[in-house]
Amino acid sequence: MAGRKLLIENVHIPGIETFDVYRKNGGYASVEKALKKMTPDEVVEEVKKSGLRGRGGAGFPTGMKWSFLAKPDGVPRYLVCNADESEPGTFKDRYLMEKIPHLLIEGMITSSYALGANVSYIYIRGEFMYILHILEKAIAEARANGMLGKNIMGSGYDLDLVVAPGGGAYICGEETALLESLEGKRGNPRMKPPFPAVKGLWGCPTVVNNVETIAAVVPIVNNGGEEYAKIGIERSTGTKLISASGNLVRPGVYEIEMGVSVEEFIYGDDYCRGIANGKRLKACIPGGSSVPILPAHLVTKTAAGENRLMTYESLADGGFASGSMLGSGGFIVFDEDQCIVRNTYTFARFYAHESCGQCSPCREGTGWMEKVLHRLENGHGTMEDITLLEEINKKIEGNTICPLGDAAAWPVAAAIRHFREEFEWHVTNPAEAQTRNYGLIQPRVEEIKAL
Amino acid sequence: MHNMKIESPITQDSTPIVFSAEMMTEINAVIAMFPEGKSKSALIRILHIVQTNYGWTSVPAMNTVAEILNIQPIEVYEVASFYTMFHLNPVGNYVFEVCRTGPCMIVGSDDIIAYIEEKLNVKVGGTTADGMFTLKTAECLGACGYAPVLQCQYKFHEHLTKEKVDEIIEAYRAAQFVN
Repeated sequence: MAGRKLLIENVHIPGIETFDVYRKNGGYASVEKALKKMTPDEVVEEVKKSGLRGRGGAGFPTGMKWSFLAKPDGVPRYLVCNADESEPGTFKDRYLMEKIPHLLIEGMITSSYALGANVSYIYIRGEFMYILHILEKAIAEARANGMLGKNIMGSGYDLDLVVAPGGGAYICGEETALLESLEGKRGNPRMKPPFPAVKGLWGCPTVVNNVETIAAVVPIVNNGGEEYAKIGIERSTGTKLISASGNLVRPGVYEIEMGVSVEEFIYGDDYCRGIANGKRLKACIPGGSSVPILPAHLVTKTAAGENRLMTYESLADGGFASGSMLGSGGFIVFDEDQCIVRNTYTFARFYAHESCGQCSPCREGTGWMEKVLHRLENGHGTMEDITLLEEINKKIEGNTICPLGDAAAWPVAAAIRHFREEFEWHVTNPAEAQTRNYGLIQPRVEEIKAL
Repeated sequence: MHNMKIESPITQDSTPIVFSAEMMTEINAVIAMFPEGKSKSALIRILHIVQTNYGWTSVPAMNTVAEILNIQPIEVYEVASFYTMFHLNPVGNYVFEVCRTGPCMIVGSDDIIAYIEEKLNVKVGGTTADGMFTLKTAECLGACGYAPVLQCQYKFHEHLTKEKVDEIIEAYRAAQFVN
C-alpha cells in the first residue's frame, strides 16, 4: 500500500502553485504556528526531535546542523537553500519546486525564523531557469500576502527571500562551492574548517540545506517532531522523495515512507511497477550516481539474505562490500541488456567534466579514469587497465578538498567489484565490445533468474 | 570544466558594448537583490541576461559586465569559462544540449544524438550551415525520470523519440518555441 505523504500529497490539486489555493489547503500554517506560538529555539528543538536528516545526499542530522550555527552579535546569519540538484539520477527537487513552490517558500520562512536569518537565498541550477521564475512568482505572492518582508504576520520578524541561478556546474551542489558561486565566483570548494556554520556566505554564519530538507520542516512544525519521527525505521525517519529513472515501467518522483522494501518500490503497483519491456533487473544505483552500484542479487536482499529496505541503514548494509547508500534518493535501475562498463564510463566522463580542477588527484584522476574506461568500453583495453582503474581510485579517494573525488572513485570501484567479469569480457571480446552488442553480456543471468 | 577554453580576447574586438535600456533595467534589478558591496553576486545571473539577449557570451559583453559591476574583466572571464551554460563562442539561433549521462544513456540518448546529427547534418559541437541550430551534449540535466532529454536555451524537451525530435526541429524552424 502507498504510504503517507507529507510533501507532495497536494500536488494534484488544480492551482496549488498559487498562493490562494496553497493557503486554502493548509499552506503557511507552519509559519503562523512558528512565528506566533514558538521561539526560534523551539522550532530547532522540533527539528531535532524529528530525526530529519539532510535530504541532499549526506544524511547529516538537520537539527544538529542548525544547532552548530554560530550566533555572534551584530553579524547577519544566512539560510541558503541548495536547489542545485545535479546528482545524476536525481530530479525530485525540480518536481517539488515546479509543482508546489509555496511549500519550499513556506519551509524557507519557518526555517529562517528558527535560525534567525533575515535574508535567505535559494541557489538553483541555471538549467532550471523556468523554475527560478516559478519561485520568484511564488515569492512575490507570499510578499503580497504578508508572508515575507517586514513584520511577518505581526510577529516583528522580517525576512527577504532571493533566488539566484548557477550556470551549469555539478560541483556547486557541494555547499562551499555553492557559497562561492553565490558570491559570483568559480565554484571551487573551500577548505573546511571553518565550516559554513561559522564562516559561510560572505564570511557570515550560514546554514545550507537541500530543498527537500527545508520542505520537510513544514510538516515537522505543523505536526510536531515526534509525530514525524513515528514514520520510518531506526534513524531513518519521515518520508523521502525518490527519483526513479532507468529501465522502469513507471519512472518518476515518489514520496515513500522510509522503510518501504526495495522490492515493493521497484515492482509494487503504487511505485515503479517493475522493469520495462518485460526484461529482468540487472543492477541498481539506489542513491544517485555517486553511490555504489548493486548487482541484482544484492538489490532486494542484503548479503545476509534479509529484505533490503529504503532506509539509510538498510541500503548501506554490508558496507561497500555488498551495500550502497540512500544518498539523494536518485534510484537508477538497469535492465539485463545494459552494459555496466558503458554506464560506468558515462559516469566517469561526467565526473571528469565536472571536476573543478582545484585538487590534482581529482582533476587528473577523473580524466585518467574516463580515458581508461573509454578504452575498455571500446574494446581497446587490457586486463592491466582494470587494475589501473583500481589504483587510480585509491589515489583519489580521501585526497581531495571536497567529496567529488570520492564520488567519482566509488562508483568505478563498485562496478569493478560486482561486475569484474563484464570488464574482462570487454578485454577478451574486443570485436563485440566495439559493436556494443550488450545482449551478449549476461554473466549473472542465473542469479537474475532466481529473483 | 577545468579544460574549458575561452577564445583569447586578442582575437576579438574587446571594446565594451552598450547594453539596451531594457537589459540595464533587468541587470540593475538583479544587483538590487544583494546587499550593498556584494554586487558581484549578481554576476552569474547577469551573464544569463547577456546570453539571452545576444545568444552567446562575447568578450566585449563581458567587459561591459565588468564595468557595470566595477570588477576586473578577468573576474568575469574566469566565471563565464567555469560554468558550462555560457557559450564563449558564437552559436546557432537554437542550441540543442542533449543529455548523455547514465540515466539518459540507458534509455537511448546515444541513438537520439546520432539521429540529430544525421537529421541536421552536423556533428556534436557544430552549427548547421544556415546558422539555425548548434548541437552540443550536456552532462546530467536533472530530468532523468523523463529521459532521454534535451534542453534548448532554457526549455526542456523530454521523453525524446526520433519522431519527437522531428517535431521539435520543425517547430523551432517555424519559430514556434520562444525561449
